[in-house]
Amino acid sequence: MKKVFPILVVLTGILLSYALYQALVVAPTEQTMGNVQRIFYYHVPSAWTAFILFFVNFGASIAYLIKRRPTADIIALVSAEVGVVFCTVVLVTGPIWARPVWGIWWTWDMRLTSTLVLWLIYVSYLFLRRFSSSGETPLLAAALAVLGALCVPFVYFSIWFFRTQHPQPVMGGGGSIDPRMMHALLINWLAFSCFAFLVCWSRYRLEKLQREVDHAHAMKSLLEPHGSAR
Amino acid sequence: MSAPTGITRATLLKDLRLEWRSKDAINSMLFFSLLVVVVFSFSFDPTAEESRQIAGGLIWVAFLFAAVVALNQTWAREIRNQVLDAYRVSPAPANSLFLAKTLGNFIFVTVLEALMTPLFIAFYRLHSLGPEWQLLLVAIFGTWALVVNGTFFAAMSLRTRSREIMLPLLLFPISIPAILAMVQSTTAILNGEGARFWIVLLATYDLVFTTVCLLLFETVLNAE
Repeated sequence: MKKVFPILVVLTGILLSYALYQALVVAPTEQTMGNVQRIFYYHVPSAWTAFILFFVNFGASIAYLIKRRPTADIIALVSAEVGVVFCTVVLVTGPIWARPVWGIWWTWDMRLTSTLVLWLIYVSYLFLRRFSSSGETPLLAAALAVLGALCVPFVYFSIWFFRTQHPQPVMGGGGSIDPRMMHALLINWLAFSCFAFLVCWSRYRLEKLQREVDHAHAMKSLLEPHGSAR
Repeated sequence: MSAPTGITRATLLKDLRLEWRSKDAINSMLFFSLLVVVVFSFSFDPTAEESRQIAGGLIWVAFLFAAVVALNQTWAREIRNQVLDAYRVSPAPANSLFLAKTLGNFIFVTVLEALMTPLFIAFYRLHSLGPEWQLLLVAIFGTWALVVNGTFFAAMSLRTRSREIMLPLLLFPISIPAILAMVQSTTAILNGEGARFWIVLLATYDLVFTTVCLLLFETVLNAE
C-alpha cells in the first residue's frame, strides 16, 4: 500500500496538469461570458466531488452505527472534512463568476441557497466532532450525519418550492454545450476526484496514526507507577 | 406496552410538576421572546400594512430562540445527582424518556406560543386574511418539528464542551427546511394565500425526523 501512494500522487499530478491545460487552452472561449466562464471547469467538478464525499460520509456513518468499526468512523470524518473544503471552493468560485456575469455577488437562487445550507449542515457536523469528548464522538457524529443526510431532500424540496415562487435569475443558458467544453469538464472532474481521494487517503493515515499515538499515551500513563510522573 | 407508557407519563408529570413549582423555563422563554419582539420593532415600522409580510418570520424567530432556552434546560437537571446515569443503567426503555422530554418541551413551547400570540397581534396589528385554523396546524406541526429535533440535539450537546452553545449550532442547520416551511406557511395564511404545500412538507418532516430520532436516541443516550 505504501508504494501505491507515491504512484497515485504522480498520476494525479499529471492528470491535474492535463485538466488545467484542457480548461485553459483547449476548451473554446465562451461567446458571451468570455474567459470568466472557465471557472466553470473548477466550480462544477468541485460541487460534484463534494456531493460524492457527503454521500460517502452518510454511508460510512450508517456502517459505523451498525458495525461500530473505527475505520468507518475515520472514513466518515475524513470525507466530511474534505467535502466541506470542496463545498467551500464551490461557494467561493460561484460569486467570482457571478459578479461579472450576473452583476451581483450572490443571489438567493435555489442552487446557491441549498448548497449554502448543505455547507452549514456539514460544518455543524465538524463542530460537533470538535466539541465532544473523544470517546463519544464517533457515535454522536454518526447520528448527526444520518439526520443531516436525511435533511438534504427536505432542503432541496423546500427551497425549490420557495424559489420557484419568485422570478429566477437566468442561469448560464440551457441548450447545447461544445463537446470540447464537455471534455474539459469531465477531465477536470476526474482529476478533482483523484485529488480528493488522495487528500482523503493521506488524511485517513494521519488520523489513524494520531489515534494510535493517543492510545499509546493513554496506555503509558496507565501503566506508569504512581508518583513517577512527577 | 403499559410499562413504557407508564414511564413516559411518570417522567412527563415529574417535569411538569417541577416546572409548575419553579416556572424557570416558561418565565425565561416569555421574557426572552418579549425582548425579541421589542428589539424587532425598532428595525421596521411595526404598524405598517407591510409588516404582515414579515410577521411570519418574526414570530417564528422569536419562538425558535425562546425554545432553545427551554431545550437547554431539558437535560441539565438530570445531570445533577447522576439521574441520567441511573436512567441509563435501569432497564427502562430510552425512548420512553425521550418521548416524555419531547412532550414536556412541546407543552412548554405551546404555552409560550399561546401567551405570546395575543401580544404579537396587538403589537403588530395583525389580522389574518386566510383561514385561522390552518395557523393552528402550522403551530402544532412547527412546534413539534422544533422540539423533537431540539430534545434530541440537547441530549447530544449534553456530552460536549460548552453545551449551551452547541445546541443552536446543531439544531438550526437541520431545522432550516422546517423553519422555512413554518415562516412561509404563516406568511401565506396571513396574506390569504394557499399554504397546503408547506403544511404537508412540515408534516412529512415531522414524521421522518420523529422516526429517526426514536431510532437513534438509545444510541446517543448510551454513547461512550
